[in-house]
Order: sequence, then structure tokens, then C-alpha cells
Amino acid sequence: MTAIVWERRKAGLGRFWQQFRKQRAGVVGAVILGLAVVIALLTPLISDASIMDVTKATGKDMDPPSLDYLLGTDESGRSVLQMLMWGSRVSLFIGFLAALLSMVIGTVVGIAAGHFRGWMSAGLMRVTDWFLVLPSLVLALVLSAILGGSSFTIILAIGVTSWASTARLIRAQTLAVEARPYIERSKALGAGHWHIMTRHVLPNVAPLVLANTTLQVASAIVAESTLAFLGATTGSTSWGSMLRGARDYGALTNGAWWYILSPGLCIVAVVLAFTLCGRALEAVLNPRLRGVSR
Amino acid sequence: MTAPIDTGPAAEVAAGLPEDRPARGTLRYALTKVGGALVSIAMVIVATFFMFRLIPGDPVIAYTRDVPLSPDQIELLRKQMGLDQPVFNQFIDFVVRAVRFDFGTSYEYRRPVMDLIGEKVGSTLLLTGVGLVIAVSLGLWQGTRAAWNHGGRFDRYSTAISLVLWSVPTFWLGLLLLMTLAAGIGPIPGMFPTRGMDSVDAPDGFAYILDVAHHMVLPCLTLVAVVYAQYLLVMRSSLLDEIGQDYVTTARAKGLRDDLVRRRHAVPNALLPTVTLVFIHIGFVVGGAVTVEYVFSWPGLGLLFVEAIKGPDFPVMQGAFLVVCIAVIIMNTLADVVYHLLDPRVRAA
Repeated sequence: MTAIVWERRKAGLGRFWQQFRKQRAGVVGAVILGLAVVIALLTPLISDASIMDVTKATGKDMDPPSLDYLLGTDESGRSVLQMLMWGSRVSLFIGFLAALLSMVIGTVVGIAAGHFRGWMSAGLMRVTDWFLVLPSLVLALVLSAILGGSSFTIILAIGVTSWASTARLIRAQTLAVEARPYIERSKALGAGHWHIMTRHVLPNVAPLVLANTTLQVASAIVAESTLAFLGATTGSTSWGSMLRGARDYGALTNGAWWYILSPGLCIVAVVLAFTLCGRALEAVLNPRLRGVSR
Repeated sequence: MTAPIDTGPAAEVAAGLPEDRPARGTLRYALTKVGGALVSIAMVIVATFFMFRLIPGDPVIAYTRDVPLSPDQIELLRKQMGLDQPVFNQFIDFVVRAVRFDFGTSYEYRRPVMDLIGEKVGSTLLLTGVGLVIAVSLGLWQGTRAAWNHGGRFDRYSTAISLVLWSVPTFWLGLLLLMTLAAGIGPIPGMFPTRGMDSVDAPDGFAYILDVAHHMVLPCLTLVAVVYAQYLLVMRSSLLDEIGQDYVTTARAKGLRDDLVRRRHAVPNALLPTVTLVFIHIGFVVGGAVTVEYVFSWPGLGLLFVEAIKGPDFPVMQGAFLVVCIAVIIMNTLADVVYHLLDPRVRAA
């Protein structure tokens, strides 16, 4: 890469940041996200993993918040606060990877369906519509029940069931990009499918992909917590499986509000942060929305 | 907070909708759509067959649940379940049964899956139907109001509220409602039943209807809260699109009252894409309903399905999955055809 390209990119990034900063809600979201990620990464340094071991729990069962246990304890006397911290690692990890998988599938299918004509495009759109219409939660539940509920399976189940809307979006954008004259010029100069898709279309849809991924992480985290709550996961503690524990061990009837409130609030905070961030990114990056409502 | 108009999957669906509509007669259009739906249903059946073949372990063992069996008995069961046949024959057999709605026998209840589903389908339809009607009316009404006073206080608050509700997991909202309004917390007494669809000592006649309605308040509230935000945002953005159109300016220039411009001119046009979206999102609603049924132990298809996961009771899962998917596909096709009949622009295209 030549220096001039890097200069241009730096300027572009600066412009982007200028515009993003104007989206106040987006900045708030980004700050919350940063905090959540830092806490998730630092947890092994400040908390011992043995805290998750039921047999080594020190507190009383379902103890309300106190100085020793700031957010109370769960049904076997573990600290809810520490479980939340460890759970954040699982929830965020699965959320990120599932969203990534869904974006990769969605982008590849979307670009291919927009670039190629004829049966290839028709076939891909048929499959996309199929996934779009089917109840994705039900499909993900079936997949995770069949394949077993490990973290890997959950990522796969969420990723495979949630890419369709992305593919639709990317396809529409691909069609718009491919209608531009420089693509025709490029074809006249002998560019092949691969070249056009990766060098011309992909960079043009990339901003949209970025904004959409951020939104997708939010829904992936909700999906993971729902699957965990419904009992489709067997893996480590996440926010969703904590809520499952709360329901199964009668936190509702015991009035153990700390056990129900705190994991849920964590989910809402993180999901809302991703949504705000994603919408802000969309407002800055999506050509359809640019200048419409700022 | 001035938010961009579109959010989440809704906008993407809306963006992708109109471009593929072919310019043909209504009948031909309907036939194409029905053909597409049949292909989709076939895909569901094929996918189901292969998905449920991925299950690790022997179906016979799963069925007999650790009851010790002699090799002869296992062999006999294999033959009865058709497992000794080649995969292709098993597939044909599966398709024939699926078409006849014969999904085998439940591991858990030892009864035909279709009977179980038949018993549960009514309560699911009741809950989702009522919830959907309320959510759609509420979403359309609030979306219209928000868009008409774009940027006003109502607009800002309703958009913010719907964003928050969009971020709240369905099941957690259900748990919160259960904790505060059903179980009762602190000074708040429990006002609603915590589980099920009717009381054990439910009376007959009109009192029974009241009893069911009483049980339905919280599940319905949860479903509405999660679903209506979608409709609000879509109605808002499609009405905003219409407000900028020339015909609205003309209507205003004619001196029509603001209220008439909205009701007679802008809203009918904005309604069309929204209505389609309502149907496209039926799958999303179904997911919400499954969760809600589980949280409130509402004896419907969703609860049956989730409890089958714990077993795991694969025939029930398979049957419920097929029924739900086929129902969703049929609803969508209906929506497509009705949309075509309703919208003169599409018909004339």
C-alpha cells in the first residue's frame, strides 16, 4: 500500500469518527460495551474460577444482598455477582461468534445472489427466503437439541438461523453497487467474478456489514440467553442459564429478586448498548439513511 | 433521541420486498406463490428428515429408555420403526407419513404425536391470536401517531420505549411480570395466576371464559410488549415515507383537515408494507409465543415443544417443528396473495 492510500484512509476514519461522535446514544452504547468487554476480559484476574463450583460455595442459599455478597447468592450459595462476571464471558463470546458466523454466511450469500444472475441467484434467494420465514428460535432449538448444547453448537445454531435478513440487505446493496458504471468499466477491462465481488462490491458493502453485525450481536445475545433459559444448553454458566436456575429453584416464589433482576439487567444493558451502537453506525454508514435524520 | 428510521431485521425485510414482484395476472401470481410455498414445505420436510438423522445414538435405545432388552427384541423394534430399511426407503416412508400428519409415537407420553399436537393447538392459537391483534393495533396506532408528529415528544418516547422493549428478552420480561404481579412482591399482592390456562376448580360457562381471560393477562401482555415495537417502528417509517409524497401535499393544498389527510390519504398507503411485514414476522412471533408459553406454563404447542427438548422426546419435537413451520409458510403465502389483491399498484404493475 502506498502512503497516499493510508493518508486517505486516515482521513476517512477521522470523518467517520466526527460523525459518529454526533450520535450521542451511539457513544453511550459504545462506552457501556467497552466496560462490559473489559470486565469480561479481566474476570479471571480478579475472581477465582472455583467460585463457580457448587460444592465449594461459601454463602447461604438464596441469601439477599449483603456486604459479603453484593448481589446476594443463588440456590447453592454462590455469589450472584461473581457468576454474572463469569457469565458475561460466555454470553459475550457466544454473541460475538454467532453474529460473526451469521454475518459471514449472510455476506457471502448476499453478494453472490446479487452478483450472479439466473438460477444461482434465484436458488440462493429461495433458500434465504426460506430461512427468513421459518421461526428461527424454533429451528435453533431443534438444532441445539439434536447436536447437544455445547457452546460450539449454540454458536452454530444461532449463526445458521439468523443470517437471512443480512443476506437480503447485502444483496440489495450489491445490486445497487453493480449498477454503477465503474463496474461495467471494470468488466470491459476483463475483471472476473471474483475480482468484482471482492475488490469492488465487498468494500462498498463493508460499512453496512459492520453496522449490521453490531445489531446482530445484540440479537445473538438475546437468542443465546433464550436458548439457555429454555434448557437447550449444557455448557458453562451464562446469563440465560442463571435465569433458568432462578426459575427452576423457585426464586420467583421466594421473592429472590436479586437473582432474577441482575442477570436480566445485564442482558438488557449489553443488548441495548449494541443496538444503540449499531443504529448509530447505520446512521453514519448507510447511504439510504445519510442525511435523513440526524 | 433522534434515531434513524429503520431498525433491525424489519427494515431489511422491507428493503428487500417489492423488487421481485413479477408483472403478471393475479391468478398466475397466486399460483406462483402457492408453488413457491409447496417448494418451501418440501424443503422443510427434507430438512427435518436429515436433521433428525443427525441425532447421535440409536433411536431404539432412546425409545426404550434404558429398559434392558434382548438382541431379538431390539431387532424386532428396529424392524417396526423401519430402521433396517435403506435410508432412501426410510425417507419415502417419512414423507408419506408427514403428508398424512403421522409423526409417530411420543417417547414420553406413549401416544400418537398428532393427538398431542391437536390437543394443544387451540390454546396456542388463542394466545397468539389475541396477542397479535392487540400488538398490531397498538403498534399501528402508536406508529402513526409518532410519525405524524415526527420529532415530537410522543415520537421520541415511543421510539425509545420500543427500542428498550426490543432489547428485553421475552422470557425475562415474563419472569418480571410473574414476580411482581403473580407471585407478589413486598407490598404488592399477587393479582394473577402464576401458571396454566385455567384453575383446577374452574367453573363452567361464562365464568370459565373469565377464568381463562384472567390467566391470559400476563402471557398476553408479555407477548404484546415484545412484538408491538416492531410494528410501531415499521409503521412509523413507512408513514414517514408517505408524508414526503406529492399527493399528501396536494391533499393539504386542497384544504383538507389534517385528520382527513392522515386517515384517508397517508395511512392507507403506509399500511400496505406494514401489513406484509406483520405476516413475514409471524415466525418471530411464534418464537416469542414458545418462550411465553414456557414461562407461564401455558399448555400450548410451545410448552409441549420445549418440554420435548428436555426428554429429549424427538418424535414430538419433529412433529411440532413440522406443524409450526408449515403453518408459518402457509400464513406467509396467504399474506402475499392478499397483498397482491389489496394493492392496486402491485396489480397494475
